[in-house]
Formats: sequence, structure tokens, C-alpha cells
Amino acid sequence: MLLLALDTATPATTVALHDGESVIATSHQVDARRHGELLLPAVDRVLAEAGRKLGQVTDIVAGMGPGPYTGLRVGLVTAASFSAATGARVHGLCTLDGLAYASGLSEPFVVATDARRKEVYWARYDDARTRSGEPAVDRPADIADEVADLPAVGAGAELYPDVFPDARPPAHQSAAALASLAAEMIAAGEELPAPRPLYLRRPDAQVPQNYKRVTPQ
Amino acid sequence: MADEPLVLGIETSCDETGVGIVRGHTLLADAVASSVDEHARFGGVVPEVASRAHLEAMVPTIDRALKDAGVAASDLDGIAVTAGPGLAGALLVGVSAAKAYAYALGKPMYGVNHLASHICVSQLEFGAMPEPTMALLVSGGHSSLLLSPDITSDVRPLGATIDDAAGEAFDKIARVLGLGFPGGPFIDKAAREGDPSAIRFPRGLTGPRDAPFDFSFSGLKTSVARWVEAKRAAGENVPVADVAASFQEAVADVLTMKAVKACKAEGVDHLMIGGGVAANSRLRAMAERRCEDAGIELRVPRPKLCTDNGAMVAALGAEMVARGRGPSSWDLSADSSLPVTETHVPGHHHHDHVHELSQDNLYS
Ligand SMILES: [Zn+2]
Repeated sequence: MLLLALDTATPATTVALHDGESVIATSHQVDARRHGELLLPAVDRVLAEAGRKLGQVTDIVAGMGPGPYTGLRVGLVTAASFSAATGARVHGLCTLDGLAYASGLSEPFVVATDARRKEVYWARYDDARTRSGEPAVDRPADIADEVADLPAVGAGAELYPDVFPDARPPAHQSAAALASLAAEMIAAGEELPAPRPLYLRRPDAQVPQNYKRVTPQ
Repeated sequence: MADEPLVLGIETSCDETGVGIVRGHTLLADAVASSVDEHARFGGVVPEVASRAHLEAMVPTIDRALKDAGVAASDLDGIAVTAGPGLAGALLVGVSAAKAYAYALGKPMYGVNHLASHICVSQLEFGAMPEPTMALLVSGGHSSLLLSPDITSDVRPLGATIDDAAGEAFDKIARVLGLGFPGGPFIDKAAREGDPSAIRFPRGLTGPRDAPFDFSFSGLKTSVARWVEAKRAAGENVPVADVAASFQEAVADVLTMKAVKACKAEGVDHLMIGGGVAANSRLRAMAERRCEDAGIELRVPRPKLCTDNGAMVAALGAEMVARGRGPSSWDLSADSSLPVTETHVPGHHHHDHVHELSQDNLYS
């Protein structure tokens, strides 16, 4: 197995290569506005560092979000296109699951990332490997009761310390964690989801008022 | 030429996911997935709706184009993509897909200009473009007069709209008249039953001291809306066909008059018209007559090539390959306001061979 993991659903553009045993190369850059520019050079760098070629990759896993949409789509369309061009299998994993896995926690906790507009994307976990519900998007104050007393992982936790007083690392998503989780799941014969974007919000779209008069009434 | 470049083009600047494949000047495939129906109820293109639809449609549309063309992706000589101008989030889906395919296949990738692509598409219908060519581009997003001595490197803006694009005016007037979206085809249809000289609507920027090649459709739009509202306020029926025909007449009149004037001023004897509004039957008829009178050869591609599509991007990409223009870098960004003068976005370093980037010595 040679597994390429990439995630652009958070401010990080993160790429990792996993050979079935361990992560053999990574790239991690944080710039919320440049996923589109950073991703392909990062993939190229990671492959070069490991002395591999894209054609040797057997599995691709992309972070499916939830995350701000423009960046999220960069990773998903790149993964789908790589797969279509090379024949590698393509999978998706929830971005929050990568953060949860990286935390290594063995107790119940929450993962929260920044959803902008004063909201967080979040999910609850029984332990680092086990999510206990669907990811959601909410105002921190509205979920304060549900997350009270739980450790919290991710940049969303650091942004709202009143709601998440027990913030733990990591703050940022890493494709290395995503790759390790995916490799572990594949080795265990678990089915990985198809790569679908988790938007969690409907598109912003103002339905225009029936046409505006130009003649003052 | 026996070995004309085989190029796949990707266009996602607005609401059409377009993938075209050409061999030189020959169209092999033109696959389009449109999200226009999802936008119709909003009365305009909703960027986030368009971007989501591009992501869904991207790979299936590329697969369909390759199948339609009967070529293998590995046979391609290059992949071209609209780098701008357009909706930022929408462009980024196409640019990311183009990079990934090109990288995976080991092909050069060309980020090209959407407007130059609209001009270059004429090669697929009429063969090599005369140089220079005058181009009138009219759509929901653009209204420009452009002069191009070399479509791969030299496009000069002579004039553009100072307010609404021509297509936007069609959309707004269609809404005033209670017709559908997008407005162009509905106005065209209604106008067929109407009298184009029934109402004399104003022709924007046609005074002696106005910019000779700029356009303005905002005053026309307001004038039509006022006229319709006055009828309604007086409790009279609105003669929809006459209003549509008279409005369309005013738009076609200004566009063709200025295009012919630009040809004469620059001594150019070829005019191409592109963009969605080029499908308008009255614009085509008037342009034909006026060009014939002025001794100008007119080239208007079939409507499907005038609206946004991937074939036009492929056509410009093939020209880039044929003329040895440098490919783009892997860090190419989508540029929502890419100037029309930038026909393409060449890489920072000229790579003679794309694999060069992957060679170990660059990173060890
Ligand atoms: Zn266009």
C-alpha cells in the first residue's frame, strides 16, 4: 500500500504519504487563503522526498471537512482527479476524525474547528478513534451545555475558551494523522467512505425580491 | 499539420462545467454540465451553488469528454484551464482539477484567459483566425470590444461596458416583463412577434463626445423599466412582444454599430462575435447586414460554442502548444479579475519538460 492523504478543509494545506507501515513524508503549511496554490506543489514535494511517483500510489484519502467550502473543494477535486487519472482508489475521511485521532485521547472529548461567522464545526468522541455522533455547525454558546467539562481539540476550542476551557493539542489538522487513521482502517478491513464534501450549511443565496421598481412611487 | 496538438480544456468560470477536447482547430468533444436550472429561481448565478455543482460534475464531465472524443487521457499533449476572469470559488475547482490531471498524466498545463478563449473558439468553426481579429464579446458577464493580433499573446481592449453587461440587461428586462431566466432566449422569442420600431429606446454612449467603443446598458434598462411601469400605472396592457423587440433592437444597434466602427478605425476586415448574447437572432442578423455593407468578414460560431464551454479553452490551449508558449506552474492560482491583456499565465520558470519539477535534485 502507498497511501496519499491530503486535507484542505482547515487553514492548513496538509499532505502526507504512508507506506502501510508508517508516514514516510509530510508537508504542512498554514495559509487559509492559498490552498489552491499550495496543494499541488506540496504533493510534488512529498512524493519527491519519499522518492515515489504519483503512479505508485494505491490509495488516496481526502479530508471531507466540514470546513470553509472554497478550500475544502481544492482537496476533494484534486483527490478525485488524481484517482480518475491514475486509477488509485479514492476515499474520504471526516476532517474532525483526523484531529481526534491525532489527539490520542482515550476519554470522551470534543473536536471543534473554526467555521467562521462566529460558529464552530464540531463533533463528540468517545475516544481518539470513535466519533459518537454526526459533525455539526453551531454557535459555541448554543452547545456550551453539551460540551461542558469535556476536553476539546482543534482551533475552534482555542478560539472560544469560555465554552471550551480544557483545550488540548493539536490545534491544526495534519494529513499524517489522517493517513495513519486511513491506513489502520484499511488494514483492519474497514470500509472508508466515498469522498463527499461535508458542507453542513446550505449555500448562501438571497432570492431576489420580485423585481425592484425603478420609478419612485 | 499531421500532428496538431491534442488538448483538453476545462472551463468553470461561471455556472457551466465545460470540458472540451480539440486537435488543433478540430473539435472532438464539447461536454457541458450546467447548473443553470439551480440558479433560475434566484434570478442570477449564485456563486456557492455554482461551485458545489462544479465539484460534483468535474470528473464525470472530463470522463464524458474523453469518451466522446474517443481518446485516452495519456494521448493528450496538454491540459488547458480557465485561470480567470470569473467567480473565484468556481474557477478554483477547474484549476485544481486541471493541475491534478496534468500532474498525474505528466502533461503541461496552461492557465488561460476566459475572454481570449471566447475569441479563439472561432478557429473550431472557421479555421485559423485572421490576424488581427476584432472581437465583440457579449454575455451575462462581459461586453467588450477586443483587438487581437495574436490570440496567444496579444489582446488589446478597445472598449467595454461602463455599467451592466449586455446579458445582464437581457436578464433584467426579462424580469421586468415577467419572462424567465436567463433572459436572452426569452426576450429573443418574445421579440419575434413584436415590432422593433414600436418604441424608440435610448442608445447609450452614442453621442459625439462619448467614448466611441465603450458601452452602457444601465440607462436603456431603466428607460425600458420606466416605460413598462408607466403602462402598468395607467392600467394599460404591456405590449410584451413590442417592448422585447424594441429593447433588443436598441442593444443590437449599439453593439453592431460600435463593432463595425472599431473595425474601420483599426483597419481590420474581420469581426468575430462571441459570448452567450451572440446567440441572439437579431444581433446576428444586424451584424451580418452591417458587416456586409462595410466589407467586413463576420464570424459568429454556432450558439453552443458562443456560450461558456470547455472547447474554447481547449482551442486556446492548442494554440498555446502550437506556438510554443510556456506552460503554467503548479502553483497557478485562479484569478477572478485576470486582465484581458493576460492571455495566459505562464510559469515563473520556463520548464521545457514538466517532469523536471519532480526530479530529486530540486528538493534534496
Ligand atoms: Zn464567458
